[in-house]
Amino acid sequence: MAAISFTLNGELRQESSVSPTMTALDFLRENAGLTGTKEGCAEGDCGACTIVMVRNGADRLEAVMACLLVVGQLDGAQVVTVEGLTERGGELESVQQAIVTQDGTQCGFCTPGFVMALYALRHSGETVTDEVIHDALAGNLCRCTGYRSIVDAARTACSVSGKDNINSRDDSNTLPASDAYEAGGQLYFAPKTIDALIARRVEYPDAPLLSGGTDLGLLFSKERQKFPVTIYTQNVDELRRIEEDDTSFTIGAAATYTEALPYIEAEYASFGVLIRRIGSRQIRNVGTIGGNIGNASPIGDTPPCLIALDSVLTLRGPNGAREISLEDFFLDYRKTDLAKDEIIENVRVPKLGNGQIFRTYKISKRYDQDISSVIGAFRLTLENGVVTAARIAFGGMAAVPKRAIGCEAALTGAVWSEDAVRQAAAAIEEDFSPIDDHRASAAYRLRVAANLFVRLYRDLEGADDVEVMAL
Amino acid sequence: MSVDSDIVGAVHAKVRHDSARGHVTGEARYIDDMPMLPGTLEVVLVTSPHPHAGIVSIDVSAARSADGVRAVMSADDIPGVNDVGPVFEDEPVLAAGFVDYVGAPVVAIAADSYDQARNAAALVTVEYDVRPAVLEIEQALEQELYTYPPQFMTIGEPEAAIAKASHRIDGEVRCGGQDHFYLEGHIAMAIPHDNGDLDVYSSTQHPSEVQHGVAHVLGVPTNAVTVEVRRMGGAFGGKESQATIFAAIAAVLADRCGQPVKIRLRRDDDMIMTGKRHDFLFRYDVGFDDDGRIEGVDILMAMRSGNVADLSPGVLARALCHADNCYYLPNARLRGYPCKTNTVSNTAFRGFGGPQGMLVIETVIEHIARTLGRSVDEVRAVNYYGAEDRNVTPYQQRVKDNIIVALVDRLRSEIDFDGMLQAVDSFNASHETLKKGIAMMPVKFGVSFNTPKLNQAGALVHVYTDGSVHLNHGGTEMGQGLFTKVAQVVASVFEIDLDNIKISSTRTDKVPNTSATAASSGSDLNGMAAFNATNTIKARMAEVAASHFETSVDAIEFRQNRVYAGNESLSFADLAQLTWDERVSLSATGYYSTPGLHWDAKSLIGNPFYYFAYGAAVSQVVIDTLTGESRVLRTDILQDCGNSLNPAIDLGQIEGAFIQGQGWLTSEELVWDESGRLLTHGPSTYKIPGSRDVPREFNVHILEDAPNREPTIFRSKAVGEPPLMLALSVWLAIRDAVSRVVDHRHMPHLDAPATPEAILMAVDDIRRRDSQTTTAAKV
Repeated sequence: MAAISFTLNGELRQESSVSPTMTALDFLRENAGLTGTKEGCAEGDCGACTIVMVRNGADRLEAVMACLLVVGQLDGAQVVTVEGLTERGGELESVQQAIVTQDGTQCGFCTPGFVMALYALRHSGETVTDEVIHDALAGNLCRCTGYRSIVDAARTACSVSGKDNINSRDDSNTLPASDAYEAGGQLYFAPKTIDALIARRVEYPDAPLLSGGTDLGLLFSKERQKFPVTIYTQNVDELRRIEEDDTSFTIGAAATYTEALPYIEAEYASFGVLIRRIGSRQIRNVGTIGGNIGNASPIGDTPPCLIALDSVLTLRGPNGAREISLEDFFLDYRKTDLAKDEIIENVRVPKLGNGQIFRTYKISKRYDQDISSVIGAFRLTLENGVVTAARIAFGGMAAVPKRAIGCEAALTGAVWSEDAVRQAAAAIEEDFSPIDDHRASAAYRLRVAANLFVRLYRDLEGADDVEVMAL
Repeated sequence: MSVDSDIVGAVHAKVRHDSARGHVTGEARYIDDMPMLPGTLEVVLVTSPHPHAGIVSIDVSAARSADGVRAVMSADDIPGVNDVGPVFEDEPVLAAGFVDYVGAPVVAIAADSYDQARNAAALVTVEYDVRPAVLEIEQALEQELYTYPPQFMTIGEPEAAIAKASHRIDGEVRCGGQDHFYLEGHIAMAIPHDNGDLDVYSSTQHPSEVQHGVAHVLGVPTNAVTVEVRRMGGAFGGKESQATIFAAIAAVLADRCGQPVKIRLRRDDDMIMTGKRHDFLFRYDVGFDDDGRIEGVDILMAMRSGNVADLSPGVLARALCHADNCYYLPNARLRGYPCKTNTVSNTAFRGFGGPQGMLVIETVIEHIARTLGRSVDEVRAVNYYGAEDRNVTPYQQRVKDNIIVALVDRLRSEIDFDGMLQAVDSFNASHETLKKGIAMMPVKFGVSFNTPKLNQAGALVHVYTDGSVHLNHGGTEMGQGLFTKVAQVVASVFEIDLDNIKISSTRTDKVPNTSATAASSGSDLNGMAAFNATNTIKARMAEVAASHFETSVDAIEFRQNRVYAGNESLSFADLAQLTWDERVSLSATGYYSTPGLHWDAKSLIGNPFYYFAYGAAVSQVVIDTLTGESRVLRTDILQDCGNSLNPAIDLGQIEGAFIQGQGWLTSEELVWDESGRLLTHGPSTYKIPGSRDVPREFNVHILEDAPNREPTIFRSKAVGEPPLMLALSVWLAIRDAVSRVVDHRHMPHLDAPATPEAILMAVDDIRRRDSQTTTAAKV
């Protein structure tokens, strides 16, 4: 079978004996001898392993977490690590130089990750504001500096967009992506068509479907599991497609958050804000909305929004496709209606109709890169000051992302007023019996969920500074 | 001590961290980046799943025959003494007979690869006899379970003073612990020599203790073990005593297998198995006059020591010694209880009890203010230590260098504090759900190890015949820039450019019997030891120069990389060569011990601190009364660094310490379940601050023209820990915001960390109390 081919700091690598599910981080440190990339957590939350990648066919340079990527996912990519920025003893890349100049290092262990995150930012073509810098650094933790010096370095180094020198180093964008690989008794399939993907799914119904791997990757990274068979979905072009028509968006299950974000934030601004708070850029560059749905976590960020927006999933198996409302897809804690021979093909998200308003609010201990304690998502239809329809869903309040039926009923038909909103909020306790865990107590979840109705009212009434982050 | 200098990289210059380039290129090497010698084994530990249990049996037979396994070790296999306790002999390397916290190492497995060791670990069967566990501070307090005897500090007649004061209040508050979350987890690598000696690379703040611990556990003399550390990927106190156990495990396995052994804790294991900042329960009873002046105070400080003492004695002593902060307590009884719980033993963490001690006295001050209806700062003002009188601490050290009042006044006037207060008022008047709060936090932090004997250091300096200099000292580099600062000292003494000074790894065979790099003392102690070593060589070189120029030693001047005698001069390098030619030694050790320290650990009386470092911060926050979310809008800091050795590095220390403190007090929450298991053991569940959490406006200044009145190294002051406590301004500002919800009519009930949940519950609670009293008043 074919080798896994990619370029590493400009040099072609063809790997034919490496475990396909070895993490990219372990590969870099142990096999390639590139120890500049560090392991801080092996769970995608600290950023010390940030590397930059240009994926097959893409023209964008993306920061990713090497700890949550497996070697198989590197196939066809151009990979750049901190060692690729500067010749030994040579002139520093401008991001590196800026961090040095601003005294932005102390212990230095997190630094290569920051360098790579900022290197990606510098090549993103974005206008660099503080907001953008924090967005770009949300995935990188530093315990020493207090960040001010690093943010200052970003301001100076990233305000001038760098020339993307990745593509000019080689033309490996045309590297063939192989569709099957075997090493050490592990099979890794990366089919390119949906039919081929379903065929593999039928053949190996117990094999995990690997998409971005930002959740599944933990099994490789921390749990050290070696699945005999892994099926990778992101090489299927049809699954990465995002289509828009007059009434809806159809987002392929393997499209990343980053790819979906422009569509979502244009139509539902607050959903866009929420997506920017999912993980970090490194996570969103590979993580998918399809995966967020498929892993059926009660605290996934997008499902409450997608449910409130009345989204519909297309599931496809050997006998064709079927549609199912997203809220019906979640059966119980981490249980879905997906059959063993099916895949999620896409999610169709209706656009807002006349009089429809959408808002979502996420509450977590830390603003960035945290898992929510509670998410509330609200789609209201307001006509002449009356709520004619309401779809409201919460995350973090039950074993699955779930609609607040009682709240919806209380609000539907009511005259839009603070009283009506407070009455709807009072129904929260009938709709949900959340649990205590390390993120929040049940009492807090209930209290906040109810209070989010008040926030919603003030928000829609145009009150100033609805959230602390507005200040 | 000349301080005006034209050399590059003298003391007081803003010199960059010596490893900055290595950091940004990834070339700076940490232990896990070292090339592995062939045959290096990796280790996985089997740990206790129970907080308290007897070990009935251990079956390692299946593990022993698993793929790649080279050694399996339990307590019985330890050749020397099964103990690594830094203060008391109470801390086993591997559990013997019983386990007393979740995560206690029971079995260690060395295999050819990490995955093989991990697979083998799953094959170990340990049979436990589960015993009742004590998991909460209160439980231990009620049952009088302590890791060592409670400590009492008394001055004056507290009971009588409280009783006869015109006002008396009491209260309770608590603060959580904090994981260090150094980005580089614990790691050690042991390499056996052919004669049985061992080289140990350890990510430790205390190479000597690792050396002693390894030797003790192996049952060999200290000189058989050499410990080296070039740099750590962060430490913050978490690698002061905690590194020893892992180094010892690697060493025993290396000794047994005759192969190099590396042990690296993965993040979750690191968080579960190693100690953290102590969480505390405080209860106070205070009497004060109509102005809020404290007349007598009684404070109970109950710390979670964990399963063993570890460094708790020092942490508790420092907590007791900082429960005064900047305030004169004429009559005080401070009671410290090191509660023994079946949780991992807590340990050193930047501030070392100081932050906890200050948290309670600041709560007391705030409570007095709310009770009298005065501003918190008015109450502070009447309680500050005086210059000539009212200046004796509860441990009977006189505060001679007090600059807090001037420092606070300067900060307040520079930022227009009164204007800020008005702006907060007007914001709150016009916002229904968001409320701002503002608070000032003054800090006085005692510098020196509380235990006098630890205040010593050594250095080793060589000058080579080309004039290049090799510098070594007992301090370790964990990112704080110590190596750079000490090199600046040497450069300044020799009057040669900094790039002539080679910084080298800390090694126990170069400078022996060192203290931990801790207590903010790294540059004070090692800087002075290096100063002494350098001066010894300089004096010898001056003699050689005097003889060369046929003049007196007094006429010799080292200046700008040269050595002058009147109009004649030699380059420093030429003089080095000449010194060798004259058969005069170009190598010297230097030694320093801090003068004037004494401490009676029984009575808790003495002069434990050489001097105090001062600082103040003002923070403004906003809270959402619907969700409890908060944000720090602005922080202004003025920090006393004496004559800073390196203002660029000190600025980084101040900023970093502040943000770390802010994390402790806001988003960092350690949660255990009812079985004593830590639930927050990775960055996905334990939230340290990110870049957006930094105060939106963050103004940090170092107090200028403030030389240390004590003759410290170039009149500088320690900076590692003191600014961490400035972050209490954030916590106090959040409390202020909560209190402002009811126009300061009540004292908020808000512990640390002030998470969104804690804040929302405090808002709801204060409203409830306010409506009750308002209703009562109407009736």
